Amino acid sequence: MADPMKIRATVEGDVTDVRVLMAHPMETGQRSQGGKKVPLHFIQNITAQLNGKTVFSADISQAISRNPVFAFKVKGAKAGDKITVIWKDNKGESRTDETTVRGGS
Amino acid sequence: MRQALMRGLGAAVAAASLPLAMAQTEDPVAADFDKFRAIMEEANPAELFDAKGEQLWKTPGGPKKASLEKCDLGLGPGVVKGAYAQMPRYFADVDRVMDAEARIVHCMITLQGFKYEDLAKKPFSSATATPDPVSITTYVAANSAGMKFAPPQSHPKEKAAYAAGKEVFFYRAGAFDFSCASCHGVDGQRIRTQPLPNFTKPEQAIRAVQGWPGYRMTGGVMHTLQWRLNDCYRQQRFPEPGYTSEMLSALLTYLTVNAQGQEYKGPGIKR
Repeated sequence: MADPMKIRATVEGDVTDVRVLMAHPMETGQRSQGGKKVPLHFIQNITAQLNGKTVFSADISQAISRNPVFAFKVKGAKAGDKITVIWKDNKGESRTDETTVRGGS
Repeated sequence: MRQALMRGLGAAVAAASLPLAMAQTEDPVAADFDKFRAIMEEANPAELFDAKGEQLWKTPGGPKKASLEKCDLGLGPGVVKGAYAQMPRYFADVDRVMDAEARIVHCMITLQGFKYEDLAKKPFSSATATPDPVSITTYVAANSAGMKFAPPQSHPKEKAAYAAGKEVFFYRAGAFDFSCASCHGVDGQRIRTQPLPNFTKPEQAIRAVQGWPGYRMTGGVMHTLQWRLNDCYRQQRFPEPGYTSEMLSALLTYLTVNAQGQEYKGPGIKR
């Protein structure tokens, strides 16, 4: 099973800053190891939800680096709200993690 | 066109005439690297390895199905907080000085039943695999973030390790007749665009231990100081030093003691 994501969500006024770190090899299919091509293996879709409601769904490509970082801002979240992030890769693996929005300093 | 060429030449002449002993912090290339690193530090993938390491530390594993929660990192069994900043140190049970990774490997052998030969076979991270000691070292190191480096120097063996590390640092050998000091014992040297800190000076010695364990953006792999020192020796064309050997612990003692009293910022991010 894939390793957990690290999600940090901090609310500042009306805007919540969310940072997501994902553990994924993100193989481009172009790299070889020991003379053999490493097969394509990358996250195809990232979906973010606020209290269960989808905020965005993004299709990404193999051009994104290994262990990708994803940051976005969402309006209208309050401290204590739930942010859920789901990724799915081209091998059908997926991972869902959630965090609680924290108040800013 | 001609004017541009002249300006280019002028700049080249000005750059060539800059004094060699230019301070590291005033170096524009280094300053840009620092800016880049500061941006990347906001979301350092090292956190992923920290989380993985925590899980490995707390979950029973190895042939003996034991966790590492009884591992003594010098501050008592299971105490992780602040341990990394106070290593290398002397451990009575093995009667030698150990750095963090050496101690973690020792615990994996004694508590979890792993074999040194297996752990030392492929000790460093690759694009596809990160050995467990690397993740665990990252977890332990993250628990010393914000603390000051304070490796103890009270035991005679700790003093001996410092002296041995110093000797190792200045020892010239290998195909290039190099020592660590050839690059890191003089002010204002560089390899290509990379300024080389002078580790014999306390304010620069911090750069030897700061930011490690570090996530390297080139290749996207997590590395520890054991790997870094190994790579230094590879570049010097030395024989490969033994993984977690006393010699590397001694060298780390020398470097960490030189940097003592300065704040450790936790696992870092590297080019």
